[in-house]
Amino acid sequence: MRHAGKRPPEVNAELLVQDAARLLPDASRRRFLRQVASLGALAALTGCDITDAPSAEKALRKISEFNDWVQARLFNPNRLATTYPDSAVTRPFPFNAYYPEAEAPDVDEERYRLILDGRIANKQPWTLPQLAELPQETQITRLVCVEGWSAIGKWTGVPLRSFLERVGADLTAKYVHFVCAEGYSSSIDMPTALHPQTQMTLAFDGQTLPTRFGFPMRIRIPTKLGFKNPKHVIGMTVLNNYTGGYWEDQGYNWFSGL
Amino acid sequence: MSTSTQRTSSQDLGPIQPLYVRITHWINAIAIFIMVGSGWQIYNASPLLAFAFPPSLTLGGWLAGGLLWHFAGMWLFVGNGLFYLVLGLKRGHFRRKFLPIRATDVMADLGAAVTGRLSHADLSVYNAVQKLFYLGVLIAGVVIVASGLALWKPVQFKELAALFGGYEGARLVHFFAMASIVLFLVIHVAMAVLVPRSLRAMIGGR
Repeated sequence: MRHAGKRPPEVNAELLVQDAARLLPDASRRRFLRQVASLGALAALTGCDITDAPSAEKALRKISEFNDWVQARLFNPNRLATTYPDSAVTRPFPFNAYYPEAEAPDVDEERYRLILDGRIANKQPWTLPQLAELPQETQITRLVCVEGWSAIGKWTGVPLRSFLERVGADLTAKYVHFVCAEGYSSSIDMPTALHPQTQMTLAFDGQTLPTRFGFPMRIRIPTKLGFKNPKHVIGMTVLNNYTGGYWEDQGYNWFSGL
Repeated sequence: MSTSTQRTSSQDLGPIQPLYVRITHWINAIAIFIMVGSGWQIYNASPLLAFAFPPSLTLGGWLAGGLLWHFAGMWLFVGNGLFYLVLGLKRGHFRRKFLPIRATDVMADLGAAVTGRLSHADLSVYNAVQKLFYLGVLIAGVVIVASGLALWKPVQFKELAALFGGYEGARLVHFFAMASIVLFLVIHVAMAVLVPRSLRAMIGGR
């Protein structure tokens, strides 16, 4: 049943399966296969071979890309996320990452440099004190996690827009890509990077950004899901090529706008 | 033959279920299957209430798979639902089939239903309980799409989200709209099994 379908001759079935298998965690892989196999009725109706897990995954990713396009059009660059009073802040604020809290990377403040790359005129690396000297803004907004839960936090930092302008970034470029100390990465569209509430966060709830929330700097974007708010950011690239990200490459929707 | 006379008489009146109702019904069945299965997968990533759905009943294998199915299935569910709504309104289907609903009729038909005396002789006319159920699930469908939109875009559609009491409110509404649809589905399928002619009408029209 799983491989009952005919595939175009030029596609290497073995590679396709390997490719799709890479995208799913081990335990879930078989479940995904079994469940799409039960969708035989849908296959019969549409004439598409969706009982074949790799092609189902491919079709779903195509639709996800279409959803990126729809969301980019729905995104209003002037539309602000709701802000809340200090009393609404969720305390304690939940920790969430793809690693346990004890394994959050310890970034050495002295040696920290924010590396700039791509379509940026002044690629001079930034130290933490240099970043801290820039004008800061505070926002109390809701963080919505891809898992469904949400929490209200208080973030203080440099508006990303003003930073990009300061370093002479090409604001007509398509993407800004972020690299994190422990290897995480994510990329966003330029309109979101220029949104007034998109922030290079240096402090949380009035304190220096703690390790669990991304010391020394995280990108806070109240118009995107939490996984698109990278912590421990050490690199920023402005570019025109799509670069995906840690979770995006595994199947989370890239735009993930709110 | 009695079947042929039956066929001739119902042919004069047109099919019990018009073609567009039958097509949208079965597309909707697939869409609901996708949306509920993937929705349960997403729910399990961070359960709103003190329980989780059995993983074997969920779709997508893990959170990202569930999300991919959910945000693909939504186009099928909404597109098909809009087509049905527009045609149903234009052709007077809802007015003719679902209205009026009188409380006294509902009570009487409900009483008859639980005592097994409710007649299903004429499938082209809905009894008061059916009317209430079909109209109710239609409203649940509208609510689940509206609350889903609020969850998907709580900033871009923040007025809509505010209508549900914000993001967390919309989460609750979305969950309970799902619960009502699933409850409807259980009863709906049980009734179709009890009155197989209704299933035949939804496939072949008569």
